[in-house]
Amino acid sequence: MSSYTKSVCALSAAVALGAFSGVSMAGEFDGVTVNILTRPGYVIAGRLAERGKEFEAATGAKIVVTEVPFAEIFPKIQNDWSTGTNAIDVGVFAAGWGVELDSAGLLEDLTPYVKKDKKLDLNDVAPYFRDFGQKIGGKTKLLMVDGDFQMVYYRKDVLEKAGLQAPKTWEQYIDVASKIHGQDMNGDGQGDYGSCIFKKRNAQSYFAIQTVAASYVQTHGTAQGFHFDGATMKPIVNNEAWKKAFEVYKETGKYGPPEELNMDIGDTRGLFKAGRCGLLIEWGDPGTLQLDADAAKVKGLIYAIAAVGSEEVLDRATGKLVPVTKESAPHSVDGINYAPFAAFGGWAGAINAKADQKKKDAAYAFLSYMNQAAQSNVDVTIGATGYNPYRNSQLASTDLWVKAGMPKELAENYIGAINAALNNPNMASDMKIPGAQKYTGVILDTELARYLAGEITVEEALENIEAGWEEVTEDFGRDSQIEAQALALGTVGN
Amino acid sequence: MPNAGADVQPGDSPAGVLPHERWGEWLDRHSRTFFIAPAVVLILIFAIFPTIYSIVFALSRVRFTGEGLKFRLVWFQNFAKQFFGNDQVHFLGKVGTMGALGTLFFAAVTAAVLWWLRRSYGKTSWIGMTGRAISATMAIFVAWIIGATLLSGNPIGTLLTTLFYVVVGCALQFVIGTGLAFLCSQPISGKNFFRVIFFIPLMITPLGVGYAMKMVADITKGPFQPLFGAATVDAWVWSADPWAARIVMMVCDSWQWIPFIFIAMLAALENVPRDHVEAAQVDGASGIDIFKEITWPQIVPVAVTVLLIRMIEAFKIVDLPNIMTGGGPGSSTESMTLHSMYIWRANDIGTSAAVAYLLLLLTVVTCASFFNYVVLGQLRRARG
Repeated sequence: MSSYTKSVCALSAAVALGAFSGVSMAGEFDGVTVNILTRPGYVIAGRLAERGKEFEAATGAKIVVTEVPFAEIFPKIQNDWSTGTNAIDVGVFAAGWGVELDSAGLLEDLTPYVKKDKKLDLNDVAPYFRDFGQKIGGKTKLLMVDGDFQMVYYRKDVLEKAGLQAPKTWEQYIDVASKIHGQDMNGDGQGDYGSCIFKKRNAQSYFAIQTVAASYVQTHGTAQGFHFDGATMKPIVNNEAWKKAFEVYKETGKYGPPEELNMDIGDTRGLFKAGRCGLLIEWGDPGTLQLDADAAKVKGLIYAIAAVGSEEVLDRATGKLVPVTKESAPHSVDGINYAPFAAFGGWAGAINAKADQKKKDAAYAFLSYMNQAAQSNVDVTIGATGYNPYRNSQLASTDLWVKAGMPKELAENYIGAINAALNNPNMASDMKIPGAQKYTGVILDTELARYLAGEITVEEALENIEAGWEEVTEDFGRDSQIEAQALALGTVGN
Repeated sequence: MPNAGADVQPGDSPAGVLPHERWGEWLDRHSRTFFIAPAVVLILIFAIFPTIYSIVFALSRVRFTGEGLKFRLVWFQNFAKQFFGNDQVHFLGKVGTMGALGTLFFAAVTAAVLWWLRRSYGKTSWIGMTGRAISATMAIFVAWIIGATLLSGNPIGTLLTTLFYVVVGCALQFVIGTGLAFLCSQPISGKNFFRVIFFIPLMITPLGVGYAMKMVADITKGPFQPLFGAATVDAWVWSADPWAARIVMMVCDSWQWIPFIFIAMLAALENVPRDHVEAAQVDGASGIDIFKEITWPQIVPVAVTVLLIRMIEAFKIVDLPNIMTGGGPGSSTESMTLHSMYIWRANDIGTSAAVAYLLLLLTVVTCASFFNYVVLGQLRRARG
């Protein structure tokens, strides 16, 4: 962390503390311990712990952050809350996972707390995150600490030197990657990589494939979705569009690091910060991570593209790819269909419905503290926190970002890309139905990994995904899943 | 409470024994039961009950709800889908049309197994024959899977990956472990130093071994990077190649478990009577002859027993592939334990229990067969 960010943190902490102690009486939650479960490492968890200390000083509530491997977060919470172990009071996880927990009656309804909360200012939370991330069935069940979109990033200097334009379609992505692959991008005399994507199994690979697939599959706006047929819940996965996405995804590997199949997000972040990646798929973090001291080689050089699109889209009646026209893809721009993917939906906190009331109060107060602009507007500008913008006040101007050390031009690009993604009428929403983690994190992830490793063909992978998704749908009940899907995509009132 | 003994008149009790003395006698007679009872109860609670309860899981689909777990009985669906359903590729591998090599292998194994069954018919009891029939069925089934997947150029599933770790891994560990033990049993200088060095890996926790090996085997940053760099295999990495990844897994596992074979075999070798060896030397026998005729026959009973214990352990390999590759690339380094664990982690407890039972079946049949046909045979021969 640079000395500047350190001083910003310290200052903001002091300001926040002052502001906070103004409303909540010191010692209000004396003797209350709130146990939070989330992902491992400084990202997400670190900032919770740091803010937890401030919160403890102000209110007396002790915040304990427990970290578990990414793939274990959801089952651990589900297990703990469902079996009545109740060792966890707050889970901080993907906003989309909340639906399954809520349908089992495990989440505390935060609506009454929000009503009484004067500092939260939910109107400042961007509509997508407020209505689809925090709310389930019209009631606020979660509070965001992070807003998420997956975007493509490129090294401006490398592309300019090679006389290339930033890619607009996935074909161009591969073309650019192939042309810059092997060039020295950080001046160490070694050849670097055209494209870096975290493709390890049981990690984040299943999000990146959806970023690729969305632009081929979703054409008629967010409410259309790109996983299921809304009326029947039949998977729309075994078709030419997903096949193309799988093939494109595999081909990027030709221009990636050799051990890409064994890399998770931590590994690829290490690579791009060291200046070894020409193109990458990532969440909002590279925008701020490049300001870190260990990313000096790429500071101000990694630019964002809101979405990479496609000139061909799925015809759902035939399962074939057809060229983009105003009929086949009404939201297309210049013959290209874009569908920026709100991967993960952002990290959000939810409270165990069975926790003691005192704990719930303290837990809500802490989640609100994290979410309030006073804290959040600082946290999202620090790359290492893993928090990306989700409030209007964070996205309205570049001031916050320039203040945090981001060059003006980059700040404009970064905020512009996130705003463009957020405001795109064809934005692709992450799965937010019961079983979401099983559909994507287990079935899609495993079959994709097998295809990438050459164990099965793309056709077999898609067939297996189709069969696996059908099984999950049957398990939860088709009718209730259809309802949940309609609610999640906003085709019925939320 | 009034003193019961005070009310007893002389002659009330035939032998004049007071009631509490009768109690004492009764306790004495059943003392064995009482001594053993706590252990039996503990085993029932901690071993038998969960095993039986997990059968309920294996036969159900389990859902987590606000009111706890909800079971839906699906009978053998969780098992069936490993063999016929969409998990077939994961568990058995890609079962395609069998190639010439596969067919040949399958036919040869089937013929050999049937011949062995025919030969023991009439010589063994019906219990023995039932056991042999079970072993034979599994051998033929595994041969068919090997023929249809591995030998026909198709990817293998977690079943064969596990067997690869067990069979090839244990063989490698046995040969190297016994070799090292033999060297350290010779009168060479510094042998105590080597004994300690060779034993150390066994004392490290498998999780630690996993992370250490992950660093050692990293070919872009690890200690062998210059070697790989010099060989200009920059574009090749073991972690992206299914067989290379499996072999790395097996080698790393061997690194930890060779010491176990080593220490047990060293003890066996030290127990070989010196006078036998010296007598043979006086008679002018060569080193190879001495090993073949004197040392080996004496250590065989220990060798097969050690191998059995190692095999049972090897079926449970989970830490290394979990840490080093996460079961990847694809699912190629996934053992059955890891397979079960990943499904369990997704809260699909029913399927996870089913895979665990399949592993139990595989382990029991393989190890019982090995014990009955190899270990017992060697022990009988040693005694005879």
